[in-house]
Amino acid sequence: MTAYGTSRGPYRFWRLMAVGLRTHVLHLSRSGVELVMAVFSPLVYATLAVYLFRAGDHPDRLLQAAVGAGLMGVWSAVLFGAGGAIQEQRWMGTLETLVSAPTRFSLVLMPITFATSLVGLYSLVATVVWGVVVFDVPFAPASPWLLAPAMLVCVVALGMMGILMAATFVLLRNANALANALDYPVWMFSGVLVSTASLPQWTRPITWVLPTSWAARAVQAATGGGEVLRPSLVALGLGAGYVGLALIALVWVERRARSAGTLTLT
Amino acid sequence: MTTDLAIEAVDLARSYRTRTGWLKPQRKTIDAVRGVSLAVGRGELFGLLGPNGAGKTTTIKMLNTLLLPTAGSARILGYDVARQPLEVRRRIGYVFGGDRGLYERLSALDNLRYFAELYGVEPREQLPRIHQLLEQVGLTGREKERVEGYSRGMRQKLHIARGLLHRPDVLFLDEPSIGVDPAAARELRRMVADLVEGGTTVLLTTHYMAEADELCDRIAVIASGTVRAEGTPDELKDRVRKLDVLEIEVHDAIGEEHLRLLRETGGIERATVETKGTIDVVTVHARPSHASHASVLAALGDLRTGKVTTREPTLEDAYLSIVSDAATAGSEG
Ligand SMILES: Nc1ncnc2c1ncn2[C@@H]1O[C@H](COP(=O)(O)OP(=O)(O)OP(=O)(O)O)[C@@H](O)[C@H]1O
Ligand SMILES: [Mg+2]
Repeated sequence: MTAYGTSRGPYRFWRLMAVGLRTHVLHLSRSGVELVMAVFSPLVYATLAVYLFRAGDHPDRLLQAAVGAGLMGVWSAVLFGAGGAIQEQRWMGTLETLVSAPTRFSLVLMPITFATSLVGLYSLVATVVWGVVVFDVPFAPASPWLLAPAMLVCVVALGMMGILMAATFVLLRNANALANALDYPVWMFSGVLVSTASLPQWTRPITWVLPTSWAARAVQAATGGGEVLRPSLVALGLGAGYVGLALIALVWVERRARSAGTLTLT
Repeated sequence: MTTDLAIEAVDLARSYRTRTGWLKPQRKTIDAVRGVSLAVGRGELFGLLGPNGAGKTTTIKMLNTLLLPTAGSARILGYDVARQPLEVRRRIGYVFGGDRGLYERLSALDNLRYFAELYGVEPREQLPRIHQLLEQVGLTGREKERVEGYSRGMRQKLHIARGLLHRPDVLFLDEPSIGVDPAAARELRRMVADLVEGGTTVLLTTHYMAEADELCDRIAVIASGTVRAEGTPDELKDRVRKLDVLEIEVHDAIGEEHLRLLRETGGIERATVETKGTIDVVTVHARPSHASHASVLAALGDLRTGKVTTREPTLEDAYLSIVSDAATAGSEG
């Protein structure tokens, strides 16, 4: 009877994404811990950024600092969100029901990671708003019309990278350790808060392959001046590359998980 | 691909590797399932019985593609579970007991809408189907409440609705009646019977013997990962029908000593005690001509005994005899 289920048309794809996104954003938004984090972490990030830059005598770059701090929030949200979502599903026992569904597992994972990066987008906006409201950061972006698209690109690129992260979390039972290890290095190498120019030479290639660096560059350019389009495209391209990698990896990951029996805790 | 078999397993085996200890990790291999072969026809209701840890859930998870077998192979409606998982998943439903496996912070309706999409139910058909199932499992009127507020039985009903969304041809029910009240359990049995009536193949595990007896066309009893007996409920009962079943009510506390004496009495194969309220009930399986009421009562000696009844063997008697035979065979071998 499943003629619709077997068809791989674009309608089915977008419907699956929409329903999945709605489900997981709703589920995330109803978690008490998530809510507290969502309110307070942007405030903490904004405070940190503003004080760092005031002390550093760069009052002109306050907005950029706030945006940079917000980007940190996006990355944390995706990293812990994608990983946490998988871990939570393992706890809840829903990971098995997701895998036993006749939908390709990568398509099931995509809305989950995009839901977390949507939470990240909120965190980015909230950080900037806190900065403007609480610390009187002047809101005068260099390219006001490009700021919103650049932020969106950033969230999409991060969401795409999140899929690869999620894939590893399906495989590893104690994936939280990995998330902790990846939190700070990635935003450091991405030049989110401090310029990558001050980092040693050997870190350059890491910076180049991270879509986060290019997304951050685009958002920074939109706030502080510079070219927005090119880094945006590179970020999206790299993001798409990571999705491709994730799709290949997931076929293997799912098989490994079935063979190792890591879909449940029991 | 055409085949008359809905489920076909050949020498299915699965072992788990576990690590114990932290400073000095030790690798251990647990052979959960060791060579299970099953053949279940289309439209059949097949029961899988066995003690805790026998390997029932592991067997089901290999059949529903969640676990890869370490040896052997299995096909569902002709599709290989290891190599064609998507084809298999399209045609099966999986319902497990307990209260996990649902999105707690979402309503029943939102849970079902999400899974309907994942299971590829035609968009136009989704809502009518969901409401039909909610009605069928008796959750209508509560569907907008969050699952966190549901009782165990309500969650179980929601699970069942989830498993049936895409009208699967083969349904795996792993202890579906756990934590369900008697009225709802009867309702559930009727639902399962209706599904089978409509042509669905069902593989059921349960610890309730009466449920298995009422529902199953055929039963396999597994213990320690291998099939110990297989047949219709009546065939399994016939294995113990050679023996008389005597139930003796005892008003004093009965000790190990008495049971030992009973088991040593000629003609008595098995003796077990069960406490029912204020009295103990001793169940004795005896070879017909050998043990008389008198010799049984003699073995119980000074205890105050009440009513003595002889009854037909039940599926539970058959199950217990098969499992205890398996245990002795296991400890000797
Ligand atoms: N993920 C796992 N890792 C290690 N061992 C496992 C795992 N899952 C099951 N086992 C072991 O495999 C054996 C069979 O377990 P299984 O869950 O299949 O039993 P079962 O027949 O379903 O029991 P129950 O009636 O309690 O549900 C048990 O010894 C169990 O400890
Ligand atoms: Mg089990």
